[in-house]
Amino acid sequence: METVGKSFKRVDAWGKVTGEAKYTNDLMPKDCLQAKVVRSTIANGLVKSIDISEAEKVPGVVKILTCFDVPDLQFPTAGHPWSVEAAHQDVPDRKLLNARVRQWGDEIAAIVAVDNVAAERAARLVKVEYEEYEPIVTVEQALAPGATPLHPDIRKDNIFVHSSMKTSPDFNYDEAKKKAIEKYGEENLIEICDTYRTPRISHCHIELCTSWAYVDTNGKVTVVASTQIPHIMRRVISQALGWPVGKVRVIKPYIGGGFGNKQDVLDEPLNAWLSIQCGGRPVCLELSREECIAMTRTRHAAKGVLRALATKDGKLLAREGFIYTNKGAYASHGHAVTAGMATNFKDIFHEEYGCQSDAFSVYTTSAVAGAMRAYGVPQAAFLADALADDICYKGGFDPLKFRMDNCVPPGFVASNGITYYSYSLKECMKRGAEHIHWDEKRKEYANQTGPVRRGVGMSIFMYKVGVHPISLETSSARMILNQDGSIQVELSATEIGQGADTVFSQMASETTGITMDRVFIISTQDTDVAPFDTGAYASRQSFVTGKAVKKCALELRARILDYASYMLGRPAEELMIYQNNICEKIHTGDGAPAPDTADREKNAAEKLKEKLALGGAYIDNTRNDGSKGESEIYKDFLDGNIKEYDIHDLPNGEASILRDTGVEKDVKPGKVLLSMEELAMNAFYSLDRSEHITAEVTSHCKENTFASGCCFVDLEVDMPLGKVKINNIVNVHDSGTLLNPQLAEAQVHGGMAMGLGYGLTEELLYNDKGMPLNDNLLDFKIPTAMDVPELNVEFIQMDDPMGPYGNKALGEPPAIPVAPAIRNAILHATGVSMKEIPMTQQKLVAAFKEAGLI
Amino acid sequence: MYDISNYFEARSVEDAIRLLQEHEDAEIISGGTDVLVKLRSGKGAGETLVSIHEIPELHGVDRLLDGTLVLGPATCFTDLTNDPIIQECIPYLGEAVDTVGGPQIRNMGTIGGNVCNGATSADSAATMQTLNAIVVLQGPDGTREVPVTEFYTGPGRTVREHAEVCIAFLIRPEDYQGFTGCYMKYGKRASMEIATLGCCVRVKLSEDKKTIEEARIGYGVAAPTPIRCRNTEALLAGKSVDDPQIYDLIGEHVLEEVNPRSSWRASKEFRMQLISELAKRALKEAIARGKDGGKDA
Amino acid sequence: MLNIVHMTVNGKEVELAVDPRESLVETLREKLNLTSVKRGCGVGECGACTVLIDGVAIDACLYLTMWAEGKHILTTEGLKSPTGELTPIQQAFIDEAAVQCGFCTPGLIMTGVELVESGRKYTREELRKLISGHLCRCTGYENILNAIEKVVGVDS
Repeated sequence: METVGKSFKRVDAWGKVTGEAKYTNDLMPKDCLQAKVVRSTIANGLVKSIDISEAEKVPGVVKILTCFDVPDLQFPTAGHPWSVEAAHQDVPDRKLLNARVRQWGDEIAAIVAVDNVAAERAARLVKVEYEEYEPIVTVEQALAPGATPLHPDIRKDNIFVHSSMKTSPDFNYDEAKKKAIEKYGEENLIEICDTYRTPRISHCHIELCTSWAYVDTNGKVTVVASTQIPHIMRRVISQALGWPVGKVRVIKPYIGGGFGNKQDVLDEPLNAWLSIQCGGRPVCLELSREECIAMTRTRHAAKGVLRALATKDGKLLAREGFIYTNKGAYASHGHAVTAGMATNFKDIFHEEYGCQSDAFSVYTTSAVAGAMRAYGVPQAAFLADALADDICYKGGFDPLKFRMDNCVPPGFVASNGITYYSYSLKECMKRGAEHIHWDEKRKEYANQTGPVRRGVGMSIFMYKVGVHPISLETSSARMILNQDGSIQVELSATEIGQGADTVFSQMASETTGITMDRVFIISTQDTDVAPFDTGAYASRQSFVTGKAVKKCALELRARILDYASYMLGRPAEELMIYQNNICEKIHTGDGAPAPDTADREKNAAEKLKEKLALGGAYIDNTRNDGSKGESEIYKDFLDGNIKEYDIHDLPNGEASILRDTGVEKDVKPGKVLLSMEELAMNAFYSLDRSEHITAEVTSHCKENTFASGCCFVDLEVDMPLGKVKINNIVNVHDSGTLLNPQLAEAQVHGGMAMGLGYGLTEELLYNDKGMPLNDNLLDFKIPTAMDVPELNVEFIQMDDPMGPYGNKALGEPPAIPVAPAIRNAILHATGVSMKEIPMTQQKLVAAFKEAGLI
Repeated sequence: MYDISNYFEARSVEDAIRLLQEHEDAEIISGGTDVLVKLRSGKGAGETLVSIHEIPELHGVDRLLDGTLVLGPATCFTDLTNDPIIQECIPYLGEAVDTVGGPQIRNMGTIGGNVCNGATSADSAATMQTLNAIVVLQGPDGTREVPVTEFYTGPGRTVREHAEVCIAFLIRPEDYQGFTGCYMKYGKRASMEIATLGCCVRVKLSEDKKTIEEARIGYGVAAPTPIRCRNTEALLAGKSVDDPQIYDLIGEHVLEEVNPRSSWRASKEFRMQLISELAKRALKEAIARGKDGGKDA
Repeated sequence: MLNIVHMTVNGKEVELAVDPRESLVETLREKLNLTSVKRGCGVGECGACTVLIDGVAIDACLYLTMWAEGKHILTTEGLKSPTGELTPIQQAFIDEAAVQCGFCTPGLIMTGVELVESGRKYTREELRKLISGHLCRCTGYENILNAIEKVVGVDS
């Protein structure tokens, strides 16, 4: 490929290093009013009355509205595509302001004032009378008999959803254990039964959650917001206000990080309503850092009650997980994160008998849990990988070999049909082990004594790309040719720091033949203008939106060549666009003319169907007989046969054009016939045939695949101080073809640092009254530059047949494997098996003391 | 905007004292890194600020003819760390304040504020304790000198009266000459951190570098206020630097002189572990520096 | 109760009527439209509002504008040459892929400029400490260090 796969500099870098890139608050008009949310000072109860008489007297106060003033409409907030099936719709369990208080800091009133001082003074003077109930901070409290149901209109108790999944319908752990005892003998089995925990953490994007809203002259309420999901936000605001969608407009400028927190609709509907209540005047609602940490969304804290059974020679026989997550006060993303966690726990390892994985999402009176980078998989990876290493430790197995033998195999097809096409998990492990010198270090660090000890540990993960088939995947793209032969690319997929704008530009350039310097992506999304897309989440955009970009670029290219054909009087098939010129297309190779697209599609589809006709062999067959035979189709992938396909028919989807990157095989550009500029000028202004060349497409993506990878860590534990020093760390990723290697590597760095904080220091704490304790950047410990070691990144690049350019997910995965790898390295170093993260210094010291090590 | 009702920029110490007398609700602001954070949280909202930010005589470090060091309270941490007199005489104080927050905070925050806010977690506290620093306060009735070891009356509370301004810290030559020392800050991360514990150990070795003539041990966060461990100091005096038992000695005996509390930031038990362990390590480092020629003083 | 403050901002003398309650981050953003100065916490914990005052990096959120009287203030907007060329630090941030969401970037660039102005060279460990007053959630600091090291590192 000409452009894709090369390390182009970010298209937004210049604007960001000059400070000229505009973020939400940078665009705020000077006369903007300031809003402040009045928050409850209890965690659980009911607002009986609110007295605003003193607050109203504060000079500068414009309006005070309370939970008794809001529309009687409940709305959902999740950044999910809407479902046309009622059963799959997100749960509407909150109003703009709520009289029923379900967390400390719940939103019960709002002040609009001329400045923040007036708003804050007024907020302090609002008098609230409560009926107070017992706080329900933990999952255990929420599940205790007699616990107050927080949403009695929606659920009879605090279990939001309990789901259960099994590798086969008749699987039962205890039954499997009986069988195993019969087959292998009890003395040849190893079992681990334990409880593992992961913390609630905050995204800590550096830009605060902020928006400003006004009613435009056309009557539309317009919200400028720091969001990952402008089109979803528009729909949710419409639901919250009871306004038609067409009367709501959302504009998303540059955003200073989101990590999933902004894949939810936060206070933007309230902001819109406040503006409407102030006669449409612009009102800004910027949350403080404290509010961002404890009162927006968090990553679910998870508790896993786990069991695993293996043979003494390291064969995994059965696992079981009962996973409970703390959802906090409102549904937000519903059960999706917890269900994803349980699924991932089940799928990442494979057992002879099988696995049962139950998921419970539980309401509590604490911060709402929603989406956060990798959506349940960091928790699943910790649970699965801690359990795995505990088995290894008990059985004396090498953790690397154990994973090689028992991890998700090539050709894996998930119960919902997602197929792991380009499989290089084991290759990643191999590379990681080489980097960290696994075998030498495992030996070297055995039998250490003294207060400071070293260890190596590892962790693996897999991650599905996007949300198909669980949810809708759809994306639109628009391209417009300018008079100089350059193009605009317009999407509603959002740049949130991950480099989306840059790789979309590369894709557009790749497929159109127009060079990068002439591809202009519109970074701001305005829902009045930008074509529909659901936004940045699920590491979906380069895959799902990438398909829309490719489809659009192919269409634009076809229109350009059609016009070229008119101008040159030659058939379009003889022409190609190469580096901003219309050129003669020269066929190389065997000299035979290239088959046209339709033929290639047909041939490829037939070829794949043949493969699929292999039936059972295609699906992983390890579960029934325990053999590890790789499926035929996987061999084909490995052998490269399948790379011949330009187009695939899918087992669970309709025929799609997938692998035509726009660079035709066996052709090269010949004589330059016409510049794009000449063509464009004619297309615009020709008196004979004026045609404004644009393309706009929708791509409904019904494909999916898995990405995977691993982390290897070499570290040192200073036991008397509970300090962990990372001496060497590497993430190896299986993310298909890299679109932009330099940006890909940078993306991994950030995820690794996040994983480091997750493993060692980050945790949002509450007191027993349900009040958050460490809701600021001093006490919530994200890593500083002095806490992060040198970060090593490697990739195993294998073309994925589902990805538009052979690519698959990379946005979220880097954050997944670091914490469990550190945990497992500490186990190797000290023999102490930590059951929970973060492994704070205090927890480590306590554990080392308990183990008699200090 | 910060919620303050009045703001005055004092032109001199006398001016500041007058303003404080005139405004009962007034608070002194110097570097601002504590006062403004507190104001933003709503505490003290609506109060008056008297700024001593722009009073030149409160800045800088001096050495008097008798060797007494004079530290201007408005000297920011960075300037303190980089000051040639500090580097020559008491580098461990420079190291200690070089652990406050991050670089930008250290460019603003001052040693005066660090001491006068009364926080046991202040990074200068343990070291100032071991230096027997003298806090010079000027008020409407003149000037008085208070040893820093008697300055604190409780968490966040000191003997400073409302209309008094800290105008200097004095460090006598007998409190630094011949000493080497080490400050160890313990936090949950390596920067942007409030101390879970701070420990300063300083030693004066005999001329042959074989004996501890005097030891001083100071802590932050080991009690509601910064403290010294004088009993343990006395036990160390006269001990051989090569006696391996001095580390157990310090590690055990300091525990009898401290009183850390449990909070969500750290348990008492954990802090006790750190108190003991850090003392050992700081003593080792202080002795190593002493053996290394004691070029500190 | 406005006060007049005179200062030099990005090389230009300005005279402003300032509310004594204003922090410098508010004055720069709202009165002078210098929106590169970002607000991420308001309490000196994130470093996004870092500007140089008389060449020294400070958090503008914890700096009362009243203190800026007579001072020279530099923000990222003041770095480009008159013809639009970037400083070496800015260019290094682009070349090393040190930019992601970009919100911490202007503040970090100001710290980078402060280091360049010192005329010194720094080891990587020194640089880690010197940028540790900036929180970044996107990059793991790796490429930020690479960028700054490229300009002021000991081996460059």
